[in-house]
Amino acid sequence: MTVLDQTMAQPRPAEARLPLLLVLHEWVTTVDHKRLGIMYICSGIVFFVIAGLEATIMRWQLFFPNNDAISPQVFNRLFTMHGTTMVFLVGMPIIIGMANYLVPLMIGARDLAFPRLNAFGFWLFLFGGLLLYFSFLGGDGLYGAGTAPDVGWFAYSPLTGRAFSRGNSTDYWILGLLVGGIGSIATAANIVTTVVCMRCKGMTLGKMPLFVWMLTVVSVLILLVMPPLTAAQVMLLFDRFLGAKFFDTQAGGSAVLWQHFFWIFGHPEVYVLMLPGFAAASEIIPVFSRKVIFGYPMMVAATIAIGFIGMGVWAHHMFTVGMSAMSNTFFTAATMLIAVPTGIKIFNWLGTMWGGRIRFATPMLFCIGFLLQFLVAGLTGIMLAVSPFDWQLSDSYFVVAHFHYVLIGGLLFTIFATIYYWFPKVTGRMLSERVGKWHFWLFAIGFNLTFAPMHISGILGMPRRIYTYEAGRGWELWNQLSSIGVIFQIAAVLIFVWNIISALRHGEPAGDDPWDAWTLEWSTTSPPPEYNFETPPVVRSRRPLWDLKHPEDPDWRHE
Amino acid sequence: MLLSVLIGPPARKRWYPSAIVGLTFVLSVAGLVVPAFTAAAAVPIQTPNIFEPVSTPAYAVAELSWLVLAITGAIFVVVGSLLVYSIVRFRARPGDEGREPPQVYGSNQVETAWTVVPLLIVFVLFLATTRTIITVQNAEPPPDALKITVVGHQWWWEFHYPELGIITANELHTPVSDRGNRRPTVLTLHSDDVVHSFWVPRLAGKTDVIPNRDNHMWIEPMEPGTYVGQCAEFCGTQHAYMLLRVVVHPRGEFDRWVAEQRKPPVMDPRVQAGRDLFYSTACINCHRVGGTVATGTFGPDLTHLMSRETIGAGVAANTPKNLRAWIEDPDHLKPGVNMPAMKLTEDEVDKVVTYLLTLK
Repeated sequence: MTVLDQTMAQPRPAEARLPLLLVLHEWVTTVDHKRLGIMYICSGIVFFVIAGLEATIMRWQLFFPNNDAISPQVFNRLFTMHGTTMVFLVGMPIIIGMANYLVPLMIGARDLAFPRLNAFGFWLFLFGGLLLYFSFLGGDGLYGAGTAPDVGWFAYSPLTGRAFSRGNSTDYWILGLLVGGIGSIATAANIVTTVVCMRCKGMTLGKMPLFVWMLTVVSVLILLVMPPLTAAQVMLLFDRFLGAKFFDTQAGGSAVLWQHFFWIFGHPEVYVLMLPGFAAASEIIPVFSRKVIFGYPMMVAATIAIGFIGMGVWAHHMFTVGMSAMSNTFFTAATMLIAVPTGIKIFNWLGTMWGGRIRFATPMLFCIGFLLQFLVAGLTGIMLAVSPFDWQLSDSYFVVAHFHYVLIGGLLFTIFATIYYWFPKVTGRMLSERVGKWHFWLFAIGFNLTFAPMHISGILGMPRRIYTYEAGRGWELWNQLSSIGVIFQIAAVLIFVWNIISALRHGEPAGDDPWDAWTLEWSTTSPPPEYNFETPPVVRSRRPLWDLKHPEDPDWRHE
Repeated sequence: MLLSVLIGPPARKRWYPSAIVGLTFVLSVAGLVVPAFTAAAAVPIQTPNIFEPVSTPAYAVAELSWLVLAITGAIFVVVGSLLVYSIVRFRARPGDEGREPPQVYGSNQVETAWTVVPLLIVFVLFLATTRTIITVQNAEPPPDALKITVVGHQWWWEFHYPELGIITANELHTPVSDRGNRRPTVLTLHSDDVVHSFWVPRLAGKTDVIPNRDNHMWIEPMEPGTYVGQCAEFCGTQHAYMLLRVVVHPRGEFDRWVAEQRKPPVMDPRVQAGRDLFYSTACINCHRVGGTVATGTFGPDLTHLMSRETIGAGVAANTPKNLRAWIEDPDHLKPGVNMPAMKLTEDEVDKVVTYLLTLK
């Protein structure tokens, strides 16, 4: 018999209120994976609000044609900071925070393999982010006039060279991300080590929850692709300060070289961000459909296939740089191929829901939104993989629509699902379902209203990253719909924050296992004690709690 | 005890929220996509709609794009309907509490099917795509094709017609083609500074304009008219106002345009004062007026300035009033532009403008 029944909820002593300074000290010096996970996710949410405000200002500027609410210089800084923040300071910390908090709990471990390295990674990320944002105050250093980076989040050379980017704004971009990148590499190594070495008794690789599988693949991807970006950034620093000429086209350097370096990082980065979304959906959809995940081995295989193929598609971001017909054909084929494992995942989730008894709690609603929106994102992705179609759509608003359907409609919806699903475990309190539904509906409406029309403006020839547009090009309506959608999204996010605050204050107590779920984290108390499990758990199947709840028909008979 | 923990808030048993998710979604996508394509026919000619091609490579791309849209649209309808169906059909109903549905761990046949079918679809798409890549990229231009060199600058376009000895800016002029009489235009793309991208959606897909690298593309417009486009790769402060116009002339008219452009600049004696002022200020460091001391190459060629519809790479119509405002302070019309305000007096500005207005 397993030892799960020994990890009952302990009656927790009423928490004595500690002085604020002491509490702060505890958080700053912690090496506990759960606290670090919470700090990652909370800082991610703070940066999300900042980047959302930046987007709001841009949508205000684009509401009218020929608008001059903000200057082009400010607009360029806003979209650069919006993109950089969303990828590196929102997406990355939140997914790393999810991995931090959940992976040890799901594999029955007490912490990550290297807790101090884990804390080191977090602080590098946070200070990297603060360094980047300090550029608003000190970009021009002693000259007084602060400037944030304005070269776009993929910082194409030679726009980043000394000749075209004077001052220090680009240096803040390089250094902020370089520091955070080292943190990501450290944490990725930590997660891989943890998964390889610290699984509880009985948890073979084939019995790991899909969440853990997918985050392991993500960590391997981070280990492989972060170094090229770091290397390219160091080369760019050499160009800017030591007179190197890697990307200096006026001295024979190559502009395209930077693009290769960047996208060798940048495309797998999309999967680094998206796979954790898949991971969360793969845990949440089965629980709320009351069915085991359909085709577990295929799901693992598809994840690994996405990891592999994802390493070989980077140049589909470069179909317009004038590659040979051969290269364009190759990257078209590779990119289309990745639709197959991605499709398998969607079908397997569908297969999981099929024949189930679906409960429409907020986490499931967000997963359903994710499924439909990610379907759209995948299909527009196929359009962009068709290189001739991409010659038209690349760098247009269609691309903006596509990747927001991936990263907002896909990733952010699953992040919201994650927060609604695991919040009870993390805090011991339930988020309000009623408020959660308001949050979901407002956000779903706002998101689609903002980003669906961008497909159209892109097809009608509107390039991205323009601070204004001429009247009479047929783009006004679509831009105005997009901007109106933002109002719904803001309302939804405010409701979400309010939901969290009020749940922390007087949310319904959650108990250990509020969703009647099946993975190990639900067998310990909510919130889990510092040591996670009183005794190391032992598992016999992928759903240890199912076995416990259904001794008459345990999973291990079927796996 | 574990089994007796709270099961959480009562699960919602009504089915309609989920159905609404699906419906809203399908309707919003359909509701946006369908009118966009029907509206496309009614929008003014100035809309650079990629689905209203007028040039051979743009036709090829649009044709392939329709095929891709049809296939992906069909996939969306099928998979979306399955999702919505399963959400509605398999919703939890009252009385389901505590009963678990049959656990299905997978199915080799079904999983093989939904691996193989997408592979086949992808294969078909791949073949169709390859054909279009080769038609567009490997097309051999006829020897009498018009050759133009495009130079991207922050933030304007320079056009050289090496065989015709013409240099102009921001407005590209080409002859029309028809099936019997093909006259495609081959563009060689250079950049003088950072990466730009040449995009006139109704004529062809975009091609990046990269420093230290030669890129090529071609257009073959089949209908006379003016087609708008703009730089599509972020290139700095005024990326938004790096607009492009392509004027496609009926055959005879193009030859007339060429003849006009090859003429030496007008030397109107009535604007001698303005011309002297122009020659004696820093204007000539950046601007060229053919056959004179003005030989700068950093800014647009002004030899036939008044033959152009716009100034500042499309930021304003080329009217005397706008021209005056531009010369007084270019930064006011186009914030961040590289042309400085020359600090001329009112009188001097008048003289220079009067002179420029004669450069027809």
